Amino acid sequence: MIHPETETKESTAMSAAGGWPDQTEEERPDLAALGVREGAGHSVTVRGLHAYYGEQHAIKGVDLDFPANEVTAIIGPSGCGKSTMVRCINRMHEEIPGARAEGTIKLDEHDVYAPGVDVTSVRRLIGMVFQKPNPFPTMSIFDNVAAGLRLTGSAKGLNLREQVHKALRAVGLWNEVKHRLDSPGIGLSGGQQQRLCIARTVAVEPEVILMDEPCSALDPVATLKIEELIDELKERYTIVIVTHNMQQAARVSNSTVFMLDGEVVEHAPTTEIFTRPKDERTERYVTGKFG
Amino acid sequence: MSALASIPQISARRRRTDRIMRGVLLAGAVIALIPLVLILYYLLKNGLKTWSGNFFTTDPTGAFFGNQGGIRSAILGSLEIVALATLIAIPIGIGVALYLTEYGMEGWFAQTVRYFVDVMTGVPSIMFGLFIYIVLVTAHIGGGFTAWKGSVALALLMLPIVVRSAEVVLLLVPSGLREAALALGAPRWRVIFRVVLPTAAPGLVTGSLLAVARGMGETAPLLFTVSTAFGLTGNLGAQMNTLPFQIYTDIQSPNPAIVARAWGAGLTLVILVLILNVAARTIARRSRMA
Amino acid sequence: MEASVTTVTGGRSIFERSPASRLPDRALRWGLSGLATLILIIIAYFFARLIGQSGSVFNRYGLSFVFGNDWDTSRNIYHGAALVVGTLITSAIALLIGVPVAVASAVFINELCPRRLRGILSVLIDLLAAVPSVVYGLWGVFVLAPKLLPVEKWFASTFSFIPWIGGGVPTLYNYFIAGLILAVMVLPIVSAISREVIATVPSEHKEAALALGATRWEMIRMAVMPYSRPGITGGAMLGLGRALGETIAVVLLIGAAPTIGHHLFQQGYTLAAVIASEFGEAQDIHLSALFAAGLVLFVLTLIVNIIARWIVARGSHGTRGTGATGMTIASGPATER
Repeated sequence: MIHPETETKESTAMSAAGGWPDQTEEERPDLAALGVREGAGHSVTVRGLHAYYGEQHAIKGVDLDFPANEVTAIIGPSGCGKSTMVRCINRMHEEIPGARAEGTIKLDEHDVYAPGVDVTSVRRLIGMVFQKPNPFPTMSIFDNVAAGLRLTGSAKGLNLREQVHKALRAVGLWNEVKHRLDSPGIGLSGGQQQRLCIARTVAVEPEVILMDEPCSALDPVATLKIEELIDELKERYTIVIVTHNMQQAARVSNSTVFMLDGEVVEHAPTTEIFTRPKDERTERYVTGKFG
Repeated sequence: MSALASIPQISARRRRTDRIMRGVLLAGAVIALIPLVLILYYLLKNGLKTWSGNFFTTDPTGAFFGNQGGIRSAILGSLEIVALATLIAIPIGIGVALYLTEYGMEGWFAQTVRYFVDVMTGVPSIMFGLFIYIVLVTAHIGGGFTAWKGSVALALLMLPIVVRSAEVVLLLVPSGLREAALALGAPRWRVIFRVVLPTAAPGLVTGSLLAVARGMGETAPLLFTVSTAFGLTGNLGAQMNTLPFQIYTDIQSPNPAIVARAWGAGLTLVILVLILNVAARTIARRSRMA
Repeated sequence: MEASVTTVTGGRSIFERSPASRLPDRALRWGLSGLATLILIIIAYFFARLIGQSGSVFNRYGLSFVFGNDWDTSRNIYHGAALVVGTLITSAIALLIGVPVAVASAVFINELCPRRLRGILSVLIDLLAAVPSVVYGLWGVFVLAPKLLPVEKWFASTFSFIPWIGGGVPTLYNYFIAGLILAVMVLPIVSAISREVIATVPSEHKEAALALGATRWEMIRMAVMPYSRPGITGGAMLGLGRALGETIAVVLLIGAAPTIGHHLFQQGYTLAAVIASEFGEAQDIHLSALFAAGLVLFVLTLIVNIIARWIVARGSHGTRGTGATGMTIASGPATER
């Protein structure tokens, strides 16, 4: 395992020598650290999606478009299927015993449900951040960020120190942890752990990032930092965020999907869905009459 | 309603019963502890005085009169045989547990395996000895009585213990960790080896140590597979001496000096087993799944 | 072995992996399934071989092997009723003495004991399970048996009016002393399982009893014991399974007489003990008889174990039988909880 310097003095010296740039002001997510990205963003297209838990029909024919480099929020009452839907996109849904999904989900023009498709490759390109931050407890901060690269076998020939540094800079965590990259990942606060998990996801260079209620286990300050990060991330990734917090959806997303009972009720630009919802059920939900 | 003159007391009879039964239960707990205290006391009393440099560095001579020798070959033989048994039982046991938690889960096949592993934990140790005797010894596979066959018998005995305890520990690994690794695009085998096993490692070690402790103390399986030897052979393909067997034969000797050696050997064995148990507990305590 | 995907250049993404990189997954899956199957095969094979080896004895004697009473190696006659009876007697003694003490200790630790002592007491009782059976034999032969002999003699003469228990002349090694050692060996198992079961009694039940004004003992009797009964019974049966199959300690303390003793303090034999002690010199039909004894013992312990697990599962009030109970059953009570 490679150990970056842990002394601040050294990193100042290093930066004087042209090494890691030193940031003394309040750290903001720095996606430029990830380098230039060529080409347009990547869109996700869902057509005719059905998902089942055994006999239970959880997603009943969903068609959706997630435009490239935009944040799409999915809202709805508990049990409406929003988490299930999102887990179908990176084919995590089928990891549950007895669960299956049918339909077409395309990343650009490539159908992730096409026969012969290998799910691990899909998941490398479509990353996921979970509700409860889940850094690997036996790994240090450094190892956690590098974990994605090592686990997918993509670490060969890469300068891991550089990749980890880039990812941590990208989520705005670098300054907070640069002197303790060897300490356990679980020693961080909840908000930092979640950002660590996002750094881990970003390190494998996905094209789409799915977020399943990423802030519901965090305090308001940490939540705000993550929302700020999402705002930055969309420059580079296509983001789908499931949330039960409508204010969050309003703050963070370009467009919003309202789901009910396994179906999409309405999909509209965020400002519209909260001020002039077209469907009566949407209106009742966003005004708090149920859910 | 008239005011209460005082808060009524429960009847003296009920209070007496309560006191008596509390006493009975306390007595039960004390009685439960007495055997342990007595065993340790006599082990120390009779065993310590046989301990000496010679005791641990010479082999039993098998002579009835004269110099009886020590228990060196017994200790080393036990360590060797149990080490081989561990090498067999632990990987297979953890492998089966991995199958049950990662692949089989609630399927009918996994349930069947689980059930029979459970049943296997209740099989008397003598049965494993008989089994290996029938299968390996009578068939003269690689010799008659040999040390490695004793290891196989012990491994069979340890196997269900390892499987059950490993399964418990593996199930304790939060599913969120597996999900995180899978969502990164990791293939299943890497998830298991890089995330699940390292996270479960302390618990797996604890369970393994307890299985080893069990294996060290067993005599019956060795009766039918290794029988015994006196000198130090160091050769797993031949017969070997073991602590339990040494004690077992020495107990039945009419020579009090040999019986004294049994106490010394017994104390040694108990201390070895206790060390393993304490080590297991310490590891378990120090690494509560954070 | 890379994912053949190009990403950052935003070009074609292909969701494929080379067949070589799929191999470890497949190999692991088949390998582990194979190991799991191996366990079932071993058990089946064991049964088959054991039945095969005992075939000749059952051919000659049929069921009178189990029910006839005449085990005489000198005349080469093998009817093993005395062994079966001896096994049952010693196990019964073990349960009669061991289970009440174990349950009492479990109740004490969980309900009456001061909190800080709980851990130590549990660990100490669990340590009994760590003592090897040969050490129990050693201690039994040289400490327990001689020291208790005068007591047994007094008991037999004082209570001579009770059939089978009193009236005879106790020998140094007999059913009782073997059963007593078994009781000590069974105690930690039953105690550990009982402790766990008692710990799962919902506090609402207990609080309800106390709120009605019950004394501590009455609360235990009304709320704790009925709830725990199935689990404790299951635990006792698991202890029974242990007692039935225990070999070394018993063979040293039972007196090795292949007859049915006339009273409690007389010598006897058990299935496991006879196998261990006659194995050395046995040939042909004698050897086959020993295997047959092993088969009977195996079947007996299997039945007891299956019933025990059924009782525990049925009476576990919805909690899964895995977790700590699983670990206890598996590795003996010397487990961290």
